[in-house]
Amino acid sequence: MARVLVILVHPTLHKSRINAALAREARQVVGVRLHDLYAAWPDHDIEPAPEQSLLAEHDVIVLQHPFYWYSSPSLLKEWFDLVLTFGWAYGPGGTALRGKLMVSALSTGGPAEAYVGGGERYALRELLAPVDQTAWLCGMRYSVPFVTHAAHRLDAAGIAAAAARYRATLEALVDGYAPPTLRAAPTDELGALVAREGRV
Amino acid sequence: MAGGMFEQALVYLAAGLVAVPIARRAGLGSVIGYLGAGVVIGPSALGLVNDTESVLHFAEFGVVMMLFLVGLELEPSRLWRLRAPIFGTGGMQVVGTALAVGAVALAVGMPWQQAVALGLVLSLSSTAIGLQSLGERGLMHADAGQKSFSVLLFQDIAVIPMLAIFPLLATAPVVEAGAVDGPPGWQLALQVLGAIVATIVAGRFVVPPVMRLVARTGQREMFTAAALGIVIGVTVLMTRVGLSPALGAFLAGVALANSEYRHELEGDVEPFKGLLLGLFFMAVGSSIDLALVGEAPATIAGLVGAVVVGKVGLLWLLARRTGSSPAQAWTFAISLGQIGEFAFVLLAFCAQVGVLPASVTGPFVVVTALSMAVSPLLGALDEKVIQPRLAVRAVSGREVDVADDAPQVIIVGYGRFGQIAGRFLRAEGVGVTVLDVDADQVDVLRKFGQKVFYGDGSRLDLLKAAGAERARVLLVAADDHAKVVETVHVAKRHFPHLQILARARGRTEAYDLIEADIAGVFRETYDTSLRVGVAILERVGRHPHQALRAARLFRKFDERSLAEMAAVRHDETRLVTTARERIAELENILKADHEGESELRDSGWDAEELRKAAQR
Repeated sequence: MARVLVILVHPTLHKSRINAALAREARQVVGVRLHDLYAAWPDHDIEPAPEQSLLAEHDVIVLQHPFYWYSSPSLLKEWFDLVLTFGWAYGPGGTALRGKLMVSALSTGGPAEAYVGGGERYALRELLAPVDQTAWLCGMRYSVPFVTHAAHRLDAAGIAAAAARYRATLEALVDGYAPPTLRAAPTDELGALVAREGRV
Repeated sequence: MAGGMFEQALVYLAAGLVAVPIARRAGLGSVIGYLGAGVVIGPSALGLVNDTESVLHFAEFGVVMMLFLVGLELEPSRLWRLRAPIFGTGGMQVVGTALAVGAVALAVGMPWQQAVALGLVLSLSSTAIGLQSLGERGLMHADAGQKSFSVLLFQDIAVIPMLAIFPLLATAPVVEAGAVDGPPGWQLALQVLGAIVATIVAGRFVVPPVMRLVARTGQREMFTAAALGIVIGVTVLMTRVGLSPALGAFLAGVALANSEYRHELEGDVEPFKGLLLGLFFMAVGSSIDLALVGEAPATIAGLVGAVVVGKVGLLWLLARRTGSSPAQAWTFAISLGQIGEFAFVLLAFCAQVGVLPASVTGPFVVVTALSMAVSPLLGALDEKVIQPRLAVRAVSGREVDVADDAPQVIIVGYGRFGQIAGRFLRAEGVGVTVLDVDADQVDVLRKFGQKVFYGDGSRLDLLKAAGAERARVLLVAADDHAKVVETVHVAKRHFPHLQILARARGRTEAYDLIEADIAGVFRETYDTSLRVGVAILERVGRHPHQALRAARLFRKFDERSLAEMAAVRHDETRLVTTARERIAELENILKADHEGESELRDSGWDAEELRKAAQR
């Protein structure tokens, strides 16, 4: 059993469709703890200590957020800055996160074709390079991402299907499923992998 | 009378005190307890009381008070919002039931006047039993609860025209001088109209200023006197012009429903109403002629069965036709399947004005009482057998209309402090009810259209009237600190579900409230002072973002120390040491923060550590 922490980062959850649905699903998975970052620090005044102990208590860190401007809502950037500190997460003595698994669970407005790269576009894998590099510096494995594309166009059935995919993925992670890293499988998507391979 | 007035009073009080707890323990309503006690002490059983006629007459005043309270609940705007269910569903229920009963009565050979009167009387259901049982089952906001409330409301209103038209249906000579012997024709009509207009005008324009004067005296008993004075005054006026006192009280209630003294009046009249209604039910119980039941048990049982089955059936059909699920329809129908307490009044009235002969009213008083006794049993059947069968799913999500009247938040004390919170919450669409003790203040605020009531929030009955049983949050923001603490304790003891937030002036007051262990304590000038501090820091050259973060750190730290000091404050020496330690520690931390050496929070934004590491 792996201890899974889902860090939900969404500034307007009450208006969200897909991320709210995924969060609802995550709350129901045994072995998963959901941490709503905007609820914990509504004034953006992140305290590193409690966040760090939360990270230390879990084996898998899922960062769930919309892929705003090919990145994340601003609070997650601030979280990276203030929580993953020198001497704790990296640098001399910074071993607290070593060996853990980091997973991005993203929703995008554009369809999958918009993220395959080529021409003047960048592939999703390239856009995730900063997170990949951050995980690497902290000694974490960075999984292939869980992605819900074209989230604006999903109807109720589409949202329900995405939620079910998310649930299966989280359950697999709790069961100890070790997904390939983004580096090893640059074009794979975690939800599809779980669906294909079944649970370990 | 058997014995003097005090002996009689003692018998009634003792009987009620014994019977009501027993009935409640058995899962039946208090009404059943009172009725049962009445039967036992009545002339046809133990005979401890007699002359129940005059007691009944006196206790009818409880019904007048009940109608006054019904009127108080009926803000014209609320009435308007519920107009469709009240007049549609309620109207269909009364007319449908009256027609069905009337048809049966005609078929067994009653004259049409009697058939109409009996049909109308039997169409009524018991507000006390219906709403109480639904409330106990937590169904007031479900479809069944909402419909029941609407129908009962319509019935309460319908009683008034019934009282007016029954004398016109008289088939026998009038037994007692009633409404009919006033001056005839236009003069009577004018008197009646004048009395009604006078009541409404007085309720709107005369009573509020008088209440304001009374409020300024600050004497509680003056309020009680004023409240009783209003009800009795209306009763006297209406009796003079030959109208039902109940109608007058109802009108006075509606006229005062929008007044800032509504909750205060409710709180004052409620206990009198409760006691008098209890007495009324006991008097009804003791007037039940057990001999009648003994003479024809089969007839009485048959009548009870026919009435209850008929009413439940009609109500069920009505609920289904107006869009209820089968499960909700059963709960609704069974909740209202008895004959109401008003039937006692109306039957007595019918006998008095000669509409129905005693040979009809006698058995039907018994049938009414027995139908009320059967009702809680049917309710248990619905809860234990019918609902599980229908696998009822809780109605979720959509808020019903009636619930709008239940505030989510109650604010006690609406001065400078409470007002800002209240305005903000209203702007965000949160239902807020306000209680304040400053009569002038309440007056001014109401002129600006705010929903503010006069009253002392530390009084349990007022909190209850303001909706504390259903509200989620209570903000205690009164000026007087002793009052704040008292209110917090009362609310904590009686409404454990409420999240209580309170205002404190400074640290010492905050300690009291932290000790009371409530959801939040807010020092009134704290945030503003800190913001001034931030503004000054900026003006002496600190970067705005850094100034703001320093203030937040200061605040977090200070709140933590406040809580710690509250825990040790009864120990003088420790308090001094702790305070000193805290101040020293706080200075260090703020200094460190300022000098950029704080590892506490912002090290990720601070290149100092990295520079030092690079130099090593």
